[in-house]
Amino acid sequence: MSTVARFQIDHVRFLDPHGEALGPLPDFAHDPARLIPMYRAMYLTRSFDAKAIALQRTGKLGTFASALGQEAIGVGVASAMLPEDALFPSYREHAAQLVRGVRIEESLRYWGGDERGSDFADARHDFPNCVPIGTQVCHAAGAAYAFRLRSEARAAVCFLGDGGSSKGDFYEGLNFAAVWKAPLLVVLSNNQWAISVPRSAQSATATMAQKAIAAGVEGVQVDGNDLVAVHHVAREALAKARAGGGPTLIEAVTYRLGDHTTADDASRYRDPAVVQEQWSFEPLTRLRNHLVKLGAWGPEKEEALARECADTVNAAVEAYLSTPPPTTAAMFDHLFATLPAALAAQRDEALRFAPRTAGGQPGGDHG
Amino acid sequence: MAEINLVEAVNLALAHELARDEAVVLLGEDIGANGGVFRATAGLQQRFGAGRVVDTPLAETAIVGTAIGMAAMGLKPVAEIQFSGFLYPAIDHLVNHAARLRNRTRGRLACPLVVRTPCGGGIHAPEHHSESPEAMLAHTPGLRVVMPSSPARAYGLLLAAIRDPDPVMFLEPTRMYRLFRQEVVDDGEALPLDVCFTLRGGTDLTLVSWGAMLHETQAAADALAAEGISAEVIDVATLKPLDLPTILESVARTGRCVIVHEAARTAGLGAEIAASLAEEGLYSLLAPVQRVTGYDTVMPLSRLEYQYLPSVERIVAAARKTLEAS
Ligand SMILES: Cc1ncc(C[n+]2csc(CCOP(=O)(O)OP(=O)(O)O)c2C)c(N)n1
Ligand SMILES: [Mg+2]
Repeated sequence: MSTVARFQIDHVRFLDPHGEALGPLPDFAHDPARLIPMYRAMYLTRSFDAKAIALQRTGKLGTFASALGQEAIGVGVASAMLPEDALFPSYREHAAQLVRGVRIEESLRYWGGDERGSDFADARHDFPNCVPIGTQVCHAAGAAYAFRLRSEARAAVCFLGDGGSSKGDFYEGLNFAAVWKAPLLVVLSNNQWAISVPRSAQSATATMAQKAIAAGVEGVQVDGNDLVAVHHVAREALAKARAGGGPTLIEAVTYRLGDHTTADDASRYRDPAVVQEQWSFEPLTRLRNHLVKLGAWGPEKEEALARECADTVNAAVEAYLSTPPPTTAAMFDHLFATLPAALAAQRDEALRFAPRTAGGQPGGDHG
Repeated sequence: MAEINLVEAVNLALAHELARDEAVVLLGEDIGANGGVFRATAGLQQRFGAGRVVDTPLAETAIVGTAIGMAAMGLKPVAEIQFSGFLYPAIDHLVNHAARLRNRTRGRLACPLVVRTPCGGGIHAPEHHSESPEAMLAHTPGLRVVMPSSPARAYGLLLAAIRDPDPVMFLEPTRMYRLFRQEVVDDGEALPLDVCFTLRGGTDLTLVSWGAMLHETQAAADALAAEGISAEVIDVATLKPLDLPTILESVARTGRCVIVHEAARTAGLGAEIAASLAEEGLYSLLAPVQRVTGYDTVMPLSRLEYQYLPSVERIVAAARKTLEAS
């Protein structure tokens, strides 16, 4: 017997949960000008999350999936992307979307039940939120192939969860991208839960990162609550992808601090004491402590940031709530490039019978 | 006897069969400790154990695929697909295997499988959570497709589906889950599959519908009754195979028929029923058959979903049209 292949999975972490450096840091981690925008994006994400949940609770938004505790992943990765790259997010990655230029009011429109929320004013090449779990990995692999075929120095970046790793689409997309040496980065936000199903019941593997190995893809595990570590591995993976080095899978280990969505009650299946413990690993405090150590942050800056984020979020809520309701015709008018004649009669009927409450109410909570 | 809603009736039927037949197993996402996202399986894992109420990894392909293997080897799996919008990855297994195993082996192997899945809109759910795939499934030879429209029919039809020796797709309209309560006796009495239920008798026209749309259809029948028009209301219940004799017999008496469904119009089951009426009931028709359906659009997000769903007003208008025709 002989060994024909050997593998290992590295775990990357630069800052400990208190923000202490565990060893030499990458260059950008010494540079407040690079770090502060990322801290701001994480803070804004958290402010947006809290507001969205409040809107849902008061009947002004539909079901919402919070990113609480996972902000460093979306921000760290999206901040390593170029504008011309393309993002393929799940429904929980508004941290990445905000960095990409998706507006908070757009996100609110989406969760408020309005397709216009996926018609991003900026980020024109980014895919909308993906709800059918895992399917986005294939789309991202295809996009990466398109970039490679045209010799463009662009990459496709997709996000999914630990639950998503059980879908065939995840393996199939990775496998295609590896065979094609396509410029793809797959980020697996392992938040330990797929609704009520714990990580241990999702997969028998020691890590999620090793799932890359079967596809011949490099897999790396990173502390997903350490912005420095996430940003560092994402930069390396994207540089490799653009240089023709093929895909990477990053498993970002984190913890879902909130309910799955506003329709969920996590106390039915997990111990609140464990969630409380996990708060000591959350990513904002960690980066803030590091910034304080760099001499780049303090209470006044924190207060100013809190005010700025609250203002930004409030203005977005204002814009969302004052959006004119969607029209009945809209469900026909974007179905095809031009409306087939056979559908015109149905469109007329819909307009004729449109309830007087056209546009409906944005509230409700299911799913 | 307590009055229960439709989702509680599903729970009651599942519990009854788990207790009655140890071959019955449930599998799906979040059906264990969480009791299902709609609470359809609440308490069942605690009662019957994690071996018989199985929280699976997240993969619909494998939920249905493994259920086929279980079914062929003597278990009676009841798989839950969390929302019918996530059924599509399992279509391969349903179409190529579940629906064909008996036929391919000339009866040597069979697939006594039930796939339960919530369907339909009207609850302000997120994207992809409001699908109506019944016609797609009914188009597949070898599958039975059942949709209950009340707690009592959910209980009785689900018992029948689990006891049936062949695969049954059991579509549960989410809008009906908690819409009303009804007395349901947990007596283990199944209702028959493959037959329609006449919910109210009438003489002037026949309204044919299923699932959540019966809510609007019954309301339309009430509105018509207020004008002195007597509408018979039929709940198709088993969408495939279709109980055509009940519909034909009704239309033979009323001469008029309006078919109401939430799913998109083109190639929907309304077309099948209308075509069957044209073939076998044409001479009793006094007016062209009308369909009131969802439009041929993507199911809109929640702000527009009630623009999409057939309304009482549309049903009444279609009924009037059949009455004005002659
Ligand atoms: C194909 C599919 N099946 C089921 C669902 C319902 N669902 C929504 S989120 C979710 C859990 C996803 O868990 P994970 O992939 O870990 O992502 P997380 O929500 O934790 O970010 C499930 C089962 C879905 N959206 N898509
Ligand atoms: Mg997860």
